[in-house]
Amino acid sequence: MTTLTQRVPSRFLPVLATVVLFVLAFGFGSARYDGFASGQVIANLFIDNAFLIVLAAGMTFVILSGGIDLSVGSVVALSTMVTASGLQAGWPVPLVVLAVLLTGSTLGLLMGLVIHHFDIQPFIVTLAGMFLARGLCFLISVESVSIKDKTFRNVATAAIELPGGVTITYNVVIALLVVAAAMYVLHRTRFGRTVYAVGGSESSALLMGLPTTRVKVGVYVISGLCSSLAGLLFSLYMLSGYGLHAVGMELDAIAAVVIGGTLLAGGVGYVLGGLVGVLVLGTIQTLISFQGTLSSWWTKIVIGVLLLVFIAVQRTMVRR
Amino acid sequence: MKNRLLWPLLALVALLLLNLAVTPSFFALRMQDGHLYGGLVDVLKNGAPTLLIALGMTLVIATRGIDLSVGAVAAIAGAVTCVHIGTSGSAATAFAGMAIALVLCAALGLWNGFLVAGLGIQPIIATLVLMTAGRGVAMLVTEGQIVTVNNTAYRQVGAGFVVLPVSILIALLVLGLVAFVTRKTALGMLIEAVGVNPEASRLAGVRSRTIIWTVYVFAAVCAGIAGLMISSNVSAADANNAGLWIEMDAILAVVIGGTSLAGGRYSLTGTLLGALIIQTLTTTVYTIGVAPEVTLVFKAVVVIAVCLLQAPKARAALSFRKVAVSS
Repeated sequence: MTTLTQRVPSRFLPVLATVVLFVLAFGFGSARYDGFASGQVIANLFIDNAFLIVLAAGMTFVILSGGIDLSVGSVVALSTMVTASGLQAGWPVPLVVLAVLLTGSTLGLLMGLVIHHFDIQPFIVTLAGMFLARGLCFLISVESVSIKDKTFRNVATAAIELPGGVTITYNVVIALLVVAAAMYVLHRTRFGRTVYAVGGSESSALLMGLPTTRVKVGVYVISGLCSSLAGLLFSLYMLSGYGLHAVGMELDAIAAVVIGGTLLAGGVGYVLGGLVGVLVLGTIQTLISFQGTLSSWWTKIVIGVLLLVFIAVQRTMVRR
Repeated sequence: MKNRLLWPLLALVALLLLNLAVTPSFFALRMQDGHLYGGLVDVLKNGAPTLLIALGMTLVIATRGIDLSVGAVAAIAGAVTCVHIGTSGSAATAFAGMAIALVLCAALGLWNGFLVAGLGIQPIIATLVLMTAGRGVAMLVTEGQIVTVNNTAYRQVGAGFVVLPVSILIALLVLGLVAFVTRKTALGMLIEAVGVNPEASRLAGVRSRTIIWTVYVFAAVCAGIAGLMISSNVSAADANNAGLWIEMDAILAVVIGGTSLAGGRYSLTGTLLGALIIQTLTTTVYTIGVAPEVTLVFKAVVVIAVCLLQAPKARAALSFRKVAVSS
């Protein structure tokens, strides 16, 4: 037992630090504002950030493998656009869902193939993917398209009662299922282990005979799939499709993953860290809205500062 | 060298010819009140901020870095100047405001340089911090409003004319300066040396860290000037939208121009070509009557095409390096 407690902190230290930060931020809010420490505020953290949780889960895979995916925000926008225009054209909901998920995964697959087979930096390829997805939105329509489909609206507005009078939406359930699935794949399958190996040292992984190609392309497919799923959740949340939805969301996702303790150099981190990272970002937003007098742009500054602190801490840990 | 610039050059010529086919008067230049007008002048004028930022970015990328914060820095520069000018119409206030903004930008560049060279953080992440926080800072300066000014002196920077638009002249001046300083002295070679291997160049007596600091400061100052142009052109500071995605355009310009993101070599002529291609592409999309938002699709296609054209070389270089390491 003692060996376990000695061993755990070094591996989980970054995630634990994030959890502590979350508890501190939340405790601060509870102490200062009435009604902050309620179950519904916590539930709202999940409701308002369900799509970001899914994005962060996908982004964790990419960053763990040593890459980066800048296209996720645009893929979210594209997904909302495909959803809204598909439903407007009278497609059945399952077909729309399938089309959205296929679009996202295909984009991810294409980017992964280009990155791997032509040895171009992930940064620049996913940047092109970002432009492409955003542009495709506007090809579908320059205007915002609202979603009027009944089934879709019912799912979006349905509330699930939890004990204690707290309600959540189906979005939250889906997001948590995605996190669970991501944790299973990353921590319990061969594919997941290979992701860590590739992120640690690609050439070593290759020399060990691990299927690096499959993993390097696979992480972008996963990220694309997660982005399109996040896009579905986002269209449930906004009930509209628009090419300017989710601008800059890729940065939020990256920030959440980094604050969650995942090393940007790859190889170190957990899916759960990304989830806690999202909750930290959500808590900051809630704090600022409870404060009332602070303007919303303080959110950006605080996120920037947090990002800096976590990167600096990571840096010193890596040096050691 | 020529070989590397051949494809971007052909792409630019093709784009220009396409414009000529759509609007036959595209190449026509006319003088009016001592000002030069025409399609090509428009391309240059609108491309000036991108070109400036791309110049700074070229040097940063040559040291194997990247600067994502330039768009936010540009927004801050515009915000600070406009807030300083306020309702004043005097030239002195305008110049003081611009000076304050540029000094502040240099300080932001120092900050980026400190994170990269001082703390050794990956450039993409180090500058991500300022990219995220910078827009917040710009919003803070303008208190979330779009600040409009009415100052003739300030307006000259982005919308003035000395035969050619002033913004073109500024961009070309900076291009000339950079070309002279880095190519006529050893500085350019030292920057490339740092990009190839910072540690080895340090051991060889190159002050790697100083050079890295310098390029980030230079990039931030370029971004500041570009921010002044953007804000002066519309006589307003918009913290949210000024210079939005311009860092991406600048990076594209640099990559299209044949500068490798892996660092170690750069081409200023290539960057000029790249910036022109991007601006011509945008103009082309406008003139052929496609929705301007769709430009993004064309940009994506161009990036992928250019990267794929350059890729086999990158592969060859990479496999050569692997062989060298293993032997």
